[in-house]
Amino acid sequence: MIREITIGQYYPADSVIHRLDPRVKIVATLIFIISLFMFDSFIGYAIVVAFLAMCILLSKVPFSYMVKGLKAIFMILMLTVVINMLMTPGEPMVSFYKLTITKEGFRQAIFMALRLILLIIGSSVMTLTTTPNNLTDAMESLLKPLKRFKAPVHEIAMMMSIALSFIPILIEETDKIMKAQMARGADFENKNLIKRVKSYVPILVPLFISAFRRAGDLAMAMEARCYHGGDGRTKMKSLKYQRTDYVAYAISVLYIVAVVVVSRVFKV
Amino acid sequence: MDLIKAKNLIFDYIRRDKDGEVDGVTRAVNNVNLSVKQGDFIAILGHNGSGKSTFAKHINSILHPTEGTIYVDGKDTRDEQYLWDIRQTAGMVFQNPDNQIIGTVVEEDVGFGPENMGVPTKEIWERVYESLNIVGMYEYRKKSPNKLSGGQKQRVSIAGVLAMHPKCIILDEPTAMLDPVGRKEVIRAVRALNDVEKITVILITHYMEEAIYADRIYVMDKGSIVLEGEPHEVFEQVDRLEQLSLSVPEATKMAHELRRKGVPLKEGIISEDELVSELMKIL
Amino acid sequence: MSLIVNHVNYIYGEKTAMEVRALSDVSFKIEDGEFIGVIGHTGCGKSTLMQLLNGILKPSSGEIYYNGQDISDEDFDKKLLRSKVGLVFQYPEHQLFEVDVFTDVCFGPKNMGLDDNEIQLRAYDALKAVGLRDECFYVSPFDLSGGEKRRVAIAGVLAMKPDILILDEPTAGLDPKGREEILGLIKKLHDESNISIVLVSHSMEDVAEYADRIIVIDDGRIVFDDTPQNVFENYEMLNEMGLSVPAAKRVLYKLLEKGIPVRAKAITVADAVDEIYRVYQNSGLGGAR
Repeated sequence: MIREITIGQYYPADSVIHRLDPRVKIVATLIFIISLFMFDSFIGYAIVVAFLAMCILLSKVPFSYMVKGLKAIFMILMLTVVINMLMTPGEPMVSFYKLTITKEGFRQAIFMALRLILLIIGSSVMTLTTTPNNLTDAMESLLKPLKRFKAPVHEIAMMMSIALSFIPILIEETDKIMKAQMARGADFENKNLIKRVKSYVPILVPLFISAFRRAGDLAMAMEARCYHGGDGRTKMKSLKYQRTDYVAYAISVLYIVAVVVVSRVFKV
Repeated sequence: MDLIKAKNLIFDYIRRDKDGEVDGVTRAVNNVNLSVKQGDFIAILGHNGSGKSTFAKHINSILHPTEGTIYVDGKDTRDEQYLWDIRQTAGMVFQNPDNQIIGTVVEEDVGFGPENMGVPTKEIWERVYESLNIVGMYEYRKKSPNKLSGGQKQRVSIAGVLAMHPKCIILDEPTAMLDPVGRKEVIRAVRALNDVEKITVILITHYMEEAIYADRIYVMDKGSIVLEGEPHEVFEQVDRLEQLSLSVPEATKMAHELRRKGVPLKEGIISEDELVSELMKIL
Repeated sequence: MSLIVNHVNYIYGEKTAMEVRALSDVSFKIEDGEFIGVIGHTGCGKSTLMQLLNGILKPSSGEIYYNGQDISDEDFDKKLLRSKVGLVFQYPEHQLFEVDVFTDVCFGPKNMGLDDNEIQLRAYDALKAVGLRDECFYVSPFDLSGGEKRRVAIAGVLAMKPDILILDEPTAGLDPKGREEILGLIKKLHDESNISIVLVSHSMEDVAEYADRIIVIDDGRIVFDDTPQNVFENYEMLNEMGLSVPAAKRVLYKLLEKGIPVRAKAITVADAVDEIYRVYQNSGLGGAR
């Protein structure tokens, strides 16, 4: 079940989106996320969905991969829906016990859920088409101005990159530990919440120990390969904008302008 | 000049209690003298806890001697100004294939060392391709390391060290976590490093079969070198090796048993083919 | 007690784009007190099979019967199955988590819902059975040596008193002495109680030495299921599968190829030595003495 988390999992393919400069992808993703909160109408959704669909098609990543990321946030999604439905004041639609669902609440809940789904899928397009190393290189490059204020930009980027590349390993490990404890009769499906939380101790302790062991090993391996921070380090893949990257920037800007303008003009 | 020279090397692990007081001292490496010439293939054998890995970490300047000295390419490993020179001269490959791969794509991982050394971008790529070719992993350069087998991951790790253009590679039980196929792959790659690329190799292992290709074998026990010599000389001492909790290759075991029954076989047979050809002379 | 695997198939990610067939039409039976060696190269499906046997995975089709009951049945007691078919994963010491060795071994019996007395008794017996020194019982499992940790982990499964003990490469990563100790322990467990052992291994020498029966899996299918002597007769086929035969047998084959009249039946060092010695005595040089 936990194997299905795809956040940070790179899907290798040869596509326009894959070849884009990672900085463009980060900026475009940010623009996309901002755009999600710039409208409140169905036509806005139409534009957003169309834009996202175009990106997905261009990326050559199977749609099923994008959707997988959603499973991880299913609980959060449900919670948002419920809270929005119940907490938004307005014209009552259905009521039971002391709870009332309003028309506004219903609309709000659907919109929020859609936004969340689009947000996750949108960011998945970025993580699925960009290797974590590329992503962190781009972060480092975009955050470079902060270096002037003594922010440890390189270190943060390196940490992110390592964390991302260890996610699949740790997921597999969790799966293995879980099965091994199941073989010792452990039960992870207990209905009682406290018991259920307790039942995760036999997974978490070995997982932490293993994570620490891996961290120690990795630190040693990095040092053995002369890693000593960002100073004097060269880049194997230095980032250079190509013509397509400028086009992509332009498209992103056009896109957000379209979202804002269209959703203001047509209030549907 | 010797590429690596250890003189009376001693290393103590100091255990401390909660208050930072010394709780106990374990001597992990005890008075080791050893020298390795450029181009040699050395194997260090020993059971778990014999001190062989602790010793290996000294060569790469990960650990520093408690007493005695170790010189790598003429430089004292304790001298901090040479730290990066030493790590570049003597590269190290570790046991767990998952815990030493830094990149998410094979080629990125191989380029990690040269990046740290400040090699110009164009040259990094040349080195990456060259190293991947040597270990036979060039076709996999765009793959994610997670999708590779254990043996392939270890070969990528070897390439990662090779790309730093070291004079010497230390492999700390590189096959301990691999299946027989992976073990063969890695040992083949290691032999190619030495035979073709003329790189000095120090192979640390508890598999005797892997040590038979070495020019010289050192056997460690309780932190000291207790046996050393050419493979034939070391493997002659079957009983002694078993005492040291090491197992000898099956062919050696057979030759040993046959000799015990009075079959006139020569000492120091280590490979199956050698045993067969010796047997052919008398059967 | 018996475990019957009947035409089992297993497919990972069934009905998705990433469907991978792990096992195809696997059938066999485990009887009381058997010692079975399972060999096959990495990724052949043997780990999947082991997980099916104690109900951690469910067959895509086909059935597994424990004492005549289908283990996939809704009303079948999964916990009982897991205690009766004990599964020791690779690197089992990575699953230790309790504050001390004894408590960790209690985890299995405790999950079975036994009373405290019984739990402690079983943990004690299991730790004794794996030969752990008494003074290690109340230390943190993380302070033990690699070989000791592994024995504690095996005790953790033994404490559930399984009828069948499945071990997935129990010697991986250990040094020769550690390997010998673990294999000796498994043999002792088998000889002293009526427990059936299923040993998954990459070492042909080990299965030749210990197992009474060998199952060879290749590409998700059982290719051979026979005595070690018979299985290792298939020298060439095993080679094609990326497997081999024990070194001792290989030497005999090589002698045979060169025209030496040996009987290449032996699979262990001791038997091969005897055979070569027999030929040596019959030959001119040996017999002349």
